[in-house]
Amino acid sequence: MLHVIDRRLNGRNKSAVNRERFVRRYKDHIKGAVKDMVAERNIKDMIQGGEVKVPAKDITEPEFRYGKGGDWEAVHPGNKEFVTGDRIARPSSGSGGGGGAGEPGSGEGVDDFVFTLSREEFLNIFFEDLELPNLMRTTFAESHAKKLVRAGYVKEGTPSNMSVPRTMKTAFARRIALRGPLAEELERAQAALALALEDRRSHDVINGLNLEITEIERRLRIVPFLDDVDLRYRHRVPQPAPVARAVMFCLMDVSASMDEQKKDLAKRFFTLLYLFLTRKYEHVELVFIRHTDEAEEVDENTFFHDRRSGGTVVLSALELMKVICAMRYPRTEWNIYGAQASDGDAFGADAGKSARFLRTELLPLARYFAYIEVPDDIMRRSPLWAEYEEIGQGEENFAMTRVTRANEIYPVFRELFKKEVSR
Amino acid sequence: MSVISRGSEWDFDLIQRYERAIAETAAEFKLDTYPNQIEIISSEQMLDAYASSGLPIGYPHWSFGKAFIRNERAYRKGHQGLAYEIVINSSPCIAYLMEENTMMMQALVIAHASYGHNSFFKGNYLFRQFTQADAILDYLIFARNYVMECEERHGVAEVEEILDSCHALMNYGVDRFKRPQALSAKRREARKTERENYEQRLYNDLWRTLPQKGKDASVRQRGRFPDEPEENLLYFVEKHAPQLEPWQRELVRISRKLAQYFYPQIHTKVMNEGWATFWHYTIIQRMYDKGLIDDAFMFEFLHNHTNVITQREFDQPGYHGINPYALGFAMMRDLRRICETPTDEDKVWFPEIAGSDWLKTMDFAMRNFKDESFIAQYLSPHLIRELRLFTIADQTGESHYTVDSIHDEHGYRRVRTMLSSQYRRENMQPSIQVVRYERLGDRSLTLRHDFYRGRPLHEKETDEVLRHLGRLWGFSIHLESVHADGRLESFKEWRR
Repeated sequence: MLHVIDRRLNGRNKSAVNRERFVRRYKDHIKGAVKDMVAERNIKDMIQGGEVKVPAKDITEPEFRYGKGGDWEAVHPGNKEFVTGDRIARPSSGSGGGGGAGEPGSGEGVDDFVFTLSREEFLNIFFEDLELPNLMRTTFAESHAKKLVRAGYVKEGTPSNMSVPRTMKTAFARRIALRGPLAEELERAQAALALALEDRRSHDVINGLNLEITEIERRLRIVPFLDDVDLRYRHRVPQPAPVARAVMFCLMDVSASMDEQKKDLAKRFFTLLYLFLTRKYEHVELVFIRHTDEAEEVDENTFFHDRRSGGTVVLSALELMKVICAMRYPRTEWNIYGAQASDGDAFGADAGKSARFLRTELLPLARYFAYIEVPDDIMRRSPLWAEYEEIGQGEENFAMTRVTRANEIYPVFRELFKKEVSR
Repeated sequence: MSVISRGSEWDFDLIQRYERAIAETAAEFKLDTYPNQIEIISSEQMLDAYASSGLPIGYPHWSFGKAFIRNERAYRKGHQGLAYEIVINSSPCIAYLMEENTMMMQALVIAHASYGHNSFFKGNYLFRQFTQADAILDYLIFARNYVMECEERHGVAEVEEILDSCHALMNYGVDRFKRPQALSAKRREARKTERENYEQRLYNDLWRTLPQKGKDASVRQRGRFPDEPEENLLYFVEKHAPQLEPWQRELVRISRKLAQYFYPQIHTKVMNEGWATFWHYTIIQRMYDKGLIDDAFMFEFLHNHTNVITQREFDQPGYHGINPYALGFAMMRDLRRICETPTDEDKVWFPEIAGSDWLKTMDFAMRNFKDESFIAQYLSPHLIRELRLFTIADQTGESHYTVDSIHDEHGYRRVRTMLSSQYRRENMQPSIQVVRYERLGDRSLTLRHDFYRGRPLHEKETDEVLRHLGRLWGFSIHLESVHADGRLESFKEWRR
């Protein structure tokens, strides 16, 4: 009899593990490709997966085979005009001529190996080895997160927590304990009865013994299989779980001097930051602040997509950050991070005041503060850069860097958030 | 008889009914098969199966991932269709059918795989000799579990290294001849006594007076290991590599076993596909004659069948050499023709089969040949003319290709020999053997490459493979390239 088996419902992704192995093996190539992709793409497409090329020569699997040279013959179909002894010019190398007569390995594919990374794979590689610096995991006495952990067995609990093996074990023990003496008594009574019957004792004595046996048997029967006292429940106790809570302030200058191209650079940076944080940390809150001559807190959509411009007062944004910190993110409960992007333009005393404010008010609060400048001219020291550079000296938790082209964003980003170990 | 079904929809009941009808038809032709098992899979699963060279169960390795990515991409972009079926040489013989196939395709595939390939697996001498159909699935499961266990215990990277090296040598992990059974100690003792007795009986003091020759040679020969060159490199590594851990040896063994499993398939490609194609064609044709299938079915069938056996000519676009389906099918049909309606020419060329019972003759041919010998034996002048086969020679030192032979009186034998040698193992891969293992010296391993028609090895890849072999062996590797006359052409070394 024929078996027809429907396998369609079996696992489909049998090759997933092999694919993953492949990706891991060629990670270096893929990383390079990912870097290029980020530079080329516009912000919206930045996080899609994409095509990756691995040079064919890097992934060949070698084997013993023939090289060029030696005598070769090849049989082909479809002869039309050839007769024995005809001489045919060799096709010029590389043209791959009419079937590559006798050329060993002429079918060798030299195309690059192209394949498509899924969004998930893309992001994995994208943010590999990145971490928020100085993140302290255990400082939160006040965190409300509790984890239930197992802690032995108790006699009371909800039915869903009942431990059947434990309960049955106690019940078994109780039954043995209660029945043991009774069983002995029964044996004794039965022996006595047998003896009485043998000795032909009086009717009363035998009746009495019979009654006794019935009574013992009744008592044996009523030992319950399961009693309330047998029930055991798995015990769980709540334990405060350390949760690293962090808040990231994204500060961006949207004043008129920030032209679209600069904004684009800044937004690329923040997009990376945003993706990185939302993907990697469950407990990271994001605060978006943009400023012209006054600062405002906005939601992420407005932050990335709204076009608005005006004058420049950097200090306003820093002050707003401080206010929000004080109101919503007390330092004792939150790891505070800041990232500021600007073209470095600041008027009058603004730059100096901002730098001082940053040093005296914000840096003591923050675990890490990064300043990214998108200058007009890489050679020119902007006012803000000059001031920040001064305060940057000797401050462990402050970093600043400049970006002028889209392809620099990713390396700079990696530099700022490299894993602690490699710092 | 009435038509089994109309239209292209299939269901499980219909598959059963077609299968029964095909089984009955196949029985008319006395096809002997393993029991059948048919499994329906989706196209994704077909892609998965592709990646592990058609095996239903494979161990994890990046190279399968690479194959998968390549196939998937080609398929999604429409460069490549999927095979309609995959068939596993096992008992029961498992055929995978794709759910996207029409009813006609399912019937075609059942005839092709479950009766064509299946009977070939059961009958052909190479398969009988080298594969154990009833054990292969269990072995695959064992292999996968073993590899995964090793990964857990010794690390993915370690296992991957060993497997990479094994894969590089997989073509050299094949026994082409049955290894003699090791003699038992008792039998060996008996043989020794027998020989001594024989020498005693023939003893003649006169021999002593003859000058001794070659004594030095025998001294040099002593301690030489192995006695005979060994062409199964992986076998040699598994048995003799000085430093491999037991689990590494087992991994070598696993890839050797898999290589052995594929060996008959590589060397019977033309025959196997020709045989299966011939039978799906013959069986479906017969079912049509019996009225079991309708015209629409038949048209669709012929369309697909013709696609499969298309042979482009050498100057047509899309020509990729000889299509094994086309050549195999043409030869099988030709064989039947020679048996049924032989011409005078056939009677001269094939006196022993011309006019014989075609079923018996084809059965004999299927059982006792591989591609190389099958072509050498049965390629007829008639077919050479029909396909207009010709040979092009590319000789060292010549500035031009030469047309060596064509389909004429002088050329038939030559074309046949040339085509046959195209399927010879030496033509596909260089001959490389282990000749020396310095057991008492530096433990280096010496390989010998025997030149075949003056063809050198691919320089760069050879270095790579030697590196892989060195990783398994743990000591230096030498490779000598030797001409047929014993002249040493070149010497390569990989040093630890």
